[in-house]
Amino acid sequence: MRNNPSQTALPIRKWGSFLPGNGVGGAGVHWNGQTWRFLPNDFRIRSHAIERYGEGFLPEGNHIQDWPVSYDELEPYYDKFEYVAGISGKAGNIKGEIQPGGNPFEGARGRDYPTPPLKQGYAQDLFTKAAAGLGMHPFPRPSANISAAYTNPYGCSMAPCTYCGFCERFGCSNYSKASPQTCVLPALVREPTFEARTECEVTKVNLASDGKTATGVTYVDLNGEEWEQPADVVLVCAYALFNVRLLLLSKIGQPYDPGRDEGVVGRNYAYQTGSGSTAFFEDAKFNPFAAAGSLGVATDDYNSDNFDHAPHGFVGGASITSAHTNGRPILYHPTPPGTPNWGSKWKKAVKETYQRVTNVGAQGSVMSYRNNYLDLDPTYKDPLGRPLMRMTFDFQDNERKMANWMAERCNEVAKAMGAKATQLNRLVGPWNVVPYQSTHNTGGAVFGSDPKTSVLNRYLQSWDVSNVFVMGASAFPQNAGYNPTGTVGALTYWSLDAIKKYLKSPGPLVQL
Amino acid sequence: MALSGHLKAGVVVAAVLAADHAMADSDNYVDVARGRALATAGDCVACHTAPGGVPFAGGLALQTPFGVIMTPNITPDDSTGIGGWSKDNFARAMHEGRRPNGAYLYPAFPYPYYTKVTRQDTDAIYDYLRSLAPASNIVDRRTLPFPFSIRTAMLGWNALFLSPGTFASDPGRSEEFNRGAYLVEGLGHCGACHTPLNVLGANKAGQFLQGNKISDWTAPNITNDAQTGLGNWSVDEIVKYLRTGQNGTSFASGPMKEVVENSTSKMPDADLKAMAVYLKERGASGAPAPAPLPASEPQMRVGEAIYLDTCSACHVRSGAGIEHIFPRLAGNAVVKQDDPTTLVRVILTGTRGAATDATPTSPAMPSLGYRLNDNQLAAVVTYIRNAWGNAASAVTADTVKTLRDRVANPSRQAVSR
Repeated sequence: MRNNPSQTALPIRKWGSFLPGNGVGGAGVHWNGQTWRFLPNDFRIRSHAIERYGEGFLPEGNHIQDWPVSYDELEPYYDKFEYVAGISGKAGNIKGEIQPGGNPFEGARGRDYPTPPLKQGYAQDLFTKAAAGLGMHPFPRPSANISAAYTNPYGCSMAPCTYCGFCERFGCSNYSKASPQTCVLPALVREPTFEARTECEVTKVNLASDGKTATGVTYVDLNGEEWEQPADVVLVCAYALFNVRLLLLSKIGQPYDPGRDEGVVGRNYAYQTGSGSTAFFEDAKFNPFAAAGSLGVATDDYNSDNFDHAPHGFVGGASITSAHTNGRPILYHPTPPGTPNWGSKWKKAVKETYQRVTNVGAQGSVMSYRNNYLDLDPTYKDPLGRPLMRMTFDFQDNERKMANWMAERCNEVAKAMGAKATQLNRLVGPWNVVPYQSTHNTGGAVFGSDPKTSVLNRYLQSWDVSNVFVMGASAFPQNAGYNPTGTVGALTYWSLDAIKKYLKSPGPLVQL
Repeated sequence: MALSGHLKAGVVVAAVLAADHAMADSDNYVDVARGRALATAGDCVACHTAPGGVPFAGGLALQTPFGVIMTPNITPDDSTGIGGWSKDNFARAMHEGRRPNGAYLYPAFPYPYYTKVTRQDTDAIYDYLRSLAPASNIVDRRTLPFPFSIRTAMLGWNALFLSPGTFASDPGRSEEFNRGAYLVEGLGHCGACHTPLNVLGANKAGQFLQGNKISDWTAPNITNDAQTGLGNWSVDEIVKYLRTGQNGTSFASGPMKEVVENSTSKMPDADLKAMAVYLKERGASGAPAPAPLPASEPQMRVGEAIYLDTCSACHVRSGAGIEHIFPRLAGNAVVKQDDPTTLVRVILTGTRGAATDATPTSPAMPSLGYRLNDNQLAAVVTYIRNAWGNAASAVTADTVKTLRDRVANPSRQAVSR
């Protein structure tokens, strides 16, 4: 990784800022479980921003693009994904009718969530009162750690969450967190035509001599032996970052060249901002150990274009939340500013602070830019001799401005909750690959309406090789102020529906 | 190149053999289909398939109190299977427990049950088995130790315990009851596991379906008894259990998981209902419930504390479980069996519930044997057996220890009787 094209990239030797999955079930095993729908405006963000603020309002060097699908087109697929995953939540808008207690900004949904919201903790009660008092509209976060026993349309069963707080970084042994293992694989493995080859890595999608048809994939097994698997259709579902690398290594689509601002594969890599306020209380008892990955309440008052951006000089927004994902020993030991990093004073501070601290956080959108992109590294190679992927990324002024403005909003809520002291968490300095931030890597193989600015058509089908489809957040033209998984799931079902049509009559599903 | 030539030759031979059998049986598709359904009801595949092996090609090591019996290959392979058997040969094996040459089979092959199957049905099963691809699989059929290796000993056993003769309907009962009786007492051979055995390995007369310990599991009482049997289940709940491996209270695991997955989940609903009607109507027998142990008893107090820490996240404080995923313990007949083997074993080793097309999840119970010692495990089992209205005998640490040793060393099972 590197922050800008003038630097020389160095290899990431240990995951830090993000934790991609690489086993069966992928990142769907260790995710926290927030399962959002993007807002209708997010899908036509460029057109909408120009209509409301004028073209000059968009940040310099941006590649902001409308999505090639609308919220309304995806709605049935969001619904399908939520019902497969058993999502717990409270609808805010059912068929245009605003529902009390839900998110009034959300797009209209056909029906409520399959299971009711999780129980919230004391911090969330304080947040709800404080945010409402400030004129905001708090609601429980949609959660894949589910609140009640549930059986999905595939017949797979889930059990209610026990609030143990071991969602993020771990699989759920209680069948309470939606994951491929819990919600899909038990039914899938019964299909006589299904086979999974584990501990294998696809090294390349193979192309016919015309370069327009994939003939299958080459993969390496645990013993280092190389195999070829012929295929009629190849679905690239290797996680956003690995999807892009596989396309580059397979020479599918033209690699992006930032110098000439041409080409598509690797273009529009984006990420997410994190900022907010840490709130220290005098006598509170937050019991952070009674937690779940997606337990929490949020407001969307400052997300997307739900507020007037004209006075602020940035585009995009953030969901503002009060959450406790865990109180795990070793990992979770908040201390006030100025505490030493070790020793008896640190121990004393951990003991005093553990129950009395909570956080108001803003997870913000990141737009796409000419100088944030993915390509193959000229120097470093993996053990198989293939070039590593090179990530060139930094937060731009638009994102810093947005994230720091959001931190102030979080701070207002934290104070209204009754905090005796607050600590502002601003977005400062270049993006750093070391501390964990977010596994919401997006873009690089984006879908769109124009092959000059997208790798895939609106059905996630490669413009260049029509029997290759690429699923994942790599398709997002830029990132929104939400966790991406709900939209990844919806897009996948949307694409699978199109693939059913493709199988009857193979060929490009979008004619130019 | 040489390898691929060899493979081709193998394929040609198999194709010729398959064609031969197909030609021999080309006019009996209906019987084959019927035979397949009957073989499913009899769950032949469960015993006649080695782990990971070709279905029906035998080679499973059956643990019996007398030693290990390796199940034979019943595909129509001429030299290693039953390719040379006639219909009459097959019917004789099913009805009398005899090989074509007259040699005696052991009742681990449940011919004391199959003797009730009609000739029409044994013929259909024969036709189905003939339709399978012959699989060459040599099985060592001489694994029983002396003196049990002497097959002629079965002459005397049969005189004592085999009542030959196909099933006769009871005209005083409904057609449905009789159909259920035919399946349960015959092909289904439910009693082979669910009836107590005498020292000679025969079902104890007069205790049909009253429960039995087998392969270190408790095959529970499946009479209509309210304490340990099916007394609290409706006909619909029995059908649901057999079809999906679960109902509101219980999940099939252990050997019954295999039965549900291979057999009952694939049977017609009408047959499942007939079996349920028969089981509900044929009567109840079992020991009366003992008085529950008082909650103040020291073992109960320890058990309750362990239950809270270790079990209640899934099975719930009230023992109610979670529908479709975690069994209900309150009122569950499996936990109230006089013999606590299943309950102790499930906690010691963990287990999985049955997976069917309707219920694919196959929920897992983790093994807790590594962190509960014998006293702790005995206490929590005793608590579960006597909480929430349950009542059953206390379990001792010795019982846990014995089972722990047995499941840790399965090879010793055969001789530890």
